Amino acid sequence: MLFDDEKHLSEFQLAMRQFRRHRFALFCVVLLAGLYLSALLAGFLAPYSYKSEARDYSYAPPSRVHFWEHGYLTRPYIYGTRLTFNEYYQRIYKEDRSQKYPVKFFVKGDPYKILGVWPSSTHLFGVDAPARLYLLGADARGRDVLSRLLYGGQVSLSIGLIGVAISFSIGLLVGGAAGFYGGRVDNVLMRLCEMIMMVPGFYLLLALRAAVPDSFTSVQVYVAIIVILSFIGWAGLARIIRGMCLSLRERDYVLAARSLGVSDARIILRHILPHTMSYSIFAVMLSIPGYILGESALSLIGLGIQDPYASWGNMLSEAMSIVRIHFAPWILWPAFLIFVTVMSFNVIGNTLRDCLDPMLRGEATRDAA
Amino acid sequence: MGRYVLQRLLVAIPMLLGMILITFILMRITPGNYLDTMKMDPQFSAETIERYQKLYQLDKPLWRQYLQWIFNVCRGEWGYSFHYNIPVAKIIGGRLLNTLILSLASFFLTWCVAIPLGIWAALRRDQWPDKVIQFGSYIFLSLPSFFVAMVLLFWASQTGILPLGGMYGPNFDRLSLGQQVLEVARHLVIPATALSLGSMAALQRIMRGNMLEVLGQKYILTARAKGLPEGRVIYTHALRNAVNPLITLLGYEFSGLLSGAALIEIICSWPGLGSLMLTAVRSKDIYLVMASMMMGGILFLVGNLLADIALAKVDPRIRYEGR
Repeated sequence: MLFDDEKHLSEFQLAMRQFRRHRFALFCVVLLAGLYLSALLAGFLAPYSYKSEARDYSYAPPSRVHFWEHGYLTRPYIYGTRLTFNEYYQRIYKEDRSQKYPVKFFVKGDPYKILGVWPSSTHLFGVDAPARLYLLGADARGRDVLSRLLYGGQVSLSIGLIGVAISFSIGLLVGGAAGFYGGRVDNVLMRLCEMIMMVPGFYLLLALRAAVPDSFTSVQVYVAIIVILSFIGWAGLARIIRGMCLSLRERDYVLAARSLGVSDARIILRHILPHTMSYSIFAVMLSIPGYILGESALSLIGLGIQDPYASWGNMLSEAMSIVRIHFAPWILWPAFLIFVTVMSFNVIGNTLRDCLDPMLRGEATRDAA
Repeated sequence: MGRYVLQRLLVAIPMLLGMILITFILMRITPGNYLDTMKMDPQFSAETIERYQKLYQLDKPLWRQYLQWIFNVCRGEWGYSFHYNIPVAKIIGGRLLNTLILSLASFFLTWCVAIPLGIWAALRRDQWPDKVIQFGSYIFLSLPSFFVAMVLLFWASQTGILPLGGMYGPNFDRLSLGQQVLEVARHLVIPATALSLGSMAALQRIMRGNMLEVLGQKYILTARAKGLPEGRVIYTHALRNAVNPLITLLGYEFSGLLSGAALIEIICSWPGLGSLMLTAVRSKDIYLVMASMMMGGILFLVGNLLADIALAKVDPRIRYEGR
């Protein structure tokens, strides 16, 4: 046959082809992969634990790492720092040139657990005590900002993924059922969705958070926040899926499956929902930032992840003071990382959508749909 | 037209009841009875506690409590705030107005900037103004609004041009009406800007997309072929059709504004519904939490209703669809 060796690409595969041409989106994918990888390896990459304090180094500026000595390139080293006060009684951190502390690699430091299971205490880099290596400065209690950023990334990034996974599952099921059955079921389910979407998101977030007992441990609060965010988020996804299913159920293969006696659940799960995937993926991409921002907002006002655990929003609550930003601008790093993460998801999501839109794709040849 | 409005109103009422049900359930799943706090406080006499017990029928089954709550809400009896020591109804009104002021200011700012920018970008497609605006919009879209607020507050503290939060200075009562308006406007700049930057970016992209789609239509070609001046083609013919889908966004934008406003209010110390909600949540002032949420939901409904009416006015097809 003439067309046997032609590759029939699915809609998703066509979109992926197009996607590869957008350099900026690819860059964002790499960026996100880097962020998530660093979150996974946080224990190893961070020189200190998230709760390792050093009150003598409160708001210490980023360490000046020296690469040159006597005009020659040497192994990087830092000097110890000493806290003094200038004539206005402001804190000044001065380098103490009496002792050099070389930056060592694969050092033994604070213990942590790889992926939460295997204990280890090897860190990628560090310096000997009593000097502290603050690549990005220190916060009020002398905790290393870089370390807390890495550990905070674990929390903030994972909440985004897990929350969206839960919402997405619920949204798929509800939307699929509503779209497939139509009529009464559809009506009831959509009214339910609208009622949930009706209350302003942040208010609902706060109210649900108020319902969480004070006695919850941090881990339980973490789970509670994920549950709350998912509860708010599934309604929007369900509506989108339902719209698609309403049109998909008229397709011929659904009729064929029905006449074969395939059960409703199987039709929805195996035949209809997979066709919503390409659209759902970018809807998911565009909603992950919402979860990350939701958790950050909660932590920012003190209702989310509590001290000593780090989360990007948590770290920013310290930055809500203008005086502190003036004297220690490095406490704003979490905001920059949130921005980068959100922007990457937005760029990838929008580019995916543009790629999936057949009008914008400009490709005439396709398997007949 | 009137029939359409009536239809929408009728649909809105069960939605409102449903939302009140959700807030009621939320209140009930909160551990502890608010009356326990009352009982522990020596300020409240036994008679007052009795009275509140009767009022909220806390000894009766849940469904009766729900009906009683609805009845109370309609009567204007929205519960008592323990943090502020006054009935909830009294404190909600003022705060609600402040939130509305902030939301409306942000709303106008968004639309007045985003629409012209979107049109401009569409008209200069792929030239450098468009590219700059597109890149900028990606950035502003992703900047968390609380971060923008913090940066703006920092900038204001360095330069002293704008006030650092709150809604008015200490002098307020002694100013004339015009000066009072100006004072509030000055305090509005930072919160409204922080709030609207993100929506501006999003709306601008949508506007540009719609405009490009409309400009590709055949009737635009016809209009140009007829010899109409370019200004007329764009502003009379293209713009009207491009803006149409945006009107549906109006209602959702409003509710989204309320939500976003809450966090900005907290950061900029703007005395609105959002910061009230936060105080209520922090002090476990349950009736205040519920009332704020209900208010939020009601505003959402109103916003949607207004958006539907606006859409029906602009697009006559909607009016007759429902039949």
